[in-house]
Amino acid sequence: MTDVAAEVLAGKVAAGARAIRWLDDRDPRGRAVLREIFAATGRAHIVGVTGPPGAGKSTLVDLLVTEERRRGRRVGVLAVDPTSPYTGGAILGDRVRMGRHALDAGVFIRSMGTRGESGGLSRATYDACLVLDAMGYEVVIVETVGVGQEEIDIVALAHTTVIVAVPGLGDEVQAMKAGLMEAGEILVINKADREGYEQTRRHLELLLHLRGSNRPAGAWEPRLLAAVATRGEGGAELIAALDAHRAYLDASGEFARQAGRRSEQQFLALARAATLSALLEGAGAPLLQQVRARSIDPYSAAELLTAPLRAQARRS
Amino acid sequence: MKAVSPVSVRPLRVLLAKLGMDTHTVGITVVAHALREAGMEVIFTGLKQTPEAVASAAIQEDVDVVGISSLSAGHTRSLPRLARLLREQGSGEKLLVAGGVIPQEDLPLLHEAGFARIFTMGTDTREIVAYLREWWAQRLAAEAHKQ
Repeated sequence: MTDVAAEVLAGKVAAGARAIRWLDDRDPRGRAVLREIFAATGRAHIVGVTGPPGAGKSTLVDLLVTEERRRGRRVGVLAVDPTSPYTGGAILGDRVRMGRHALDAGVFIRSMGTRGESGGLSRATYDACLVLDAMGYEVVIVETVGVGQEEIDIVALAHTTVIVAVPGLGDEVQAMKAGLMEAGEILVINKADREGYEQTRRHLELLLHLRGSNRPAGAWEPRLLAAVATRGEGGAELIAALDAHRAYLDASGEFARQAGRRSEQQFLALARAATLSALLEGAGAPLLQQVRARSIDPYSAAELLTAPLRAQARRS
Repeated sequence: MKAVSPVSVRPLRVLLAKLGMDTHTVGITVVAHALREAGMEVIFTGLKQTPEAVASAAIQEDVDVVGISSLSAGHTRSLPRLARLLREQGSGEKLLVAGGVIPQEDLPLLHEAGFARIFTMGTDTREIVAYLREWWAQRLAAEAHKQ
């Protein structure tokens, strides 16, 4: 086993930070670490926190961390912000609102740029969750901007998704109801002391009611909460809801099933990439040239490219 | 394995912070935007940070560069302290730079403490970008040589 993997398993902060850097940079050493720590993952409760810019997500995450620490749990935070598609640069400022946890050894905060991925997450976000999981963080919070259907990736990644809304952003709510509002196990109206709270609440209650009409018996019933994160209000209720959802996931077997589905998705994505690049490095290269020259149609080319694989699969 | 691994991409990661009670943010904000435009990932930790908090953040974020903006007194103590904390925690390989209102007579002490470069008032952001790029190119070349 490599030194970094062993140190990650021992919970060493610098090693975990380095492993995440490798994964983020697509350095092959990152994947080597993942292979070695994999057996120690699958324990952490991954909580997604998403909502429009200005909803107070970072402040709410800060409150969440405080409440989790009060319960003695170790917490990892991945704060994902957009990378500029023009320059590849990013300004990642979510730590600013989490300053009070800077010296708490039970809290690990990492800022990540989306690095060219759409959907509000970077390619390495889930891998970073695995690293924090292997380091022994019991709760991993992934914070990301989300305003519509594109940002639904967080729902696939997290066990529990918390959608943050705010009063008075009528248009945003309209945009969200088309996408994110269909998902999310917990909805929080932050800045609930603001004008328009009652209206937003009624609106979200209606949405949840409509969502509920197709819910199978025994399925999780989404919760609607209120918070004023800057004053520390609503944190205990939020943790209670998260814990209730975690208990639901465990009792229903959904926690293990989700982990299996995520593994499956990763396996398929990796296998797809590996198969394709292996094929294209070999017999596929001239075929690709023909496709570019339009001297063969793409459908026949794909058939030809994969014919040996299918023949092999039939034999075995 | 090579076929599976997508191309490695390694943007420079820079932590920008302010130590002490100073709350002047114009300079650090301008620098942050210049670095972002240059394709770097800039991590902000906010105002009124202690050297301990900045060192901890730099390690968790695994940045390559730590840049401190100082526009009030106190840098002759807090900056060397930050450098020492990073070394003690095994992160002495990070590039340390500072900028702001720092008198000429303090420069030797800060260099001695481990700050490679001090950008005094009025430095063009292009100079900062060029310096960091040059350092990064050398660092990457040195790592490639080692492997």
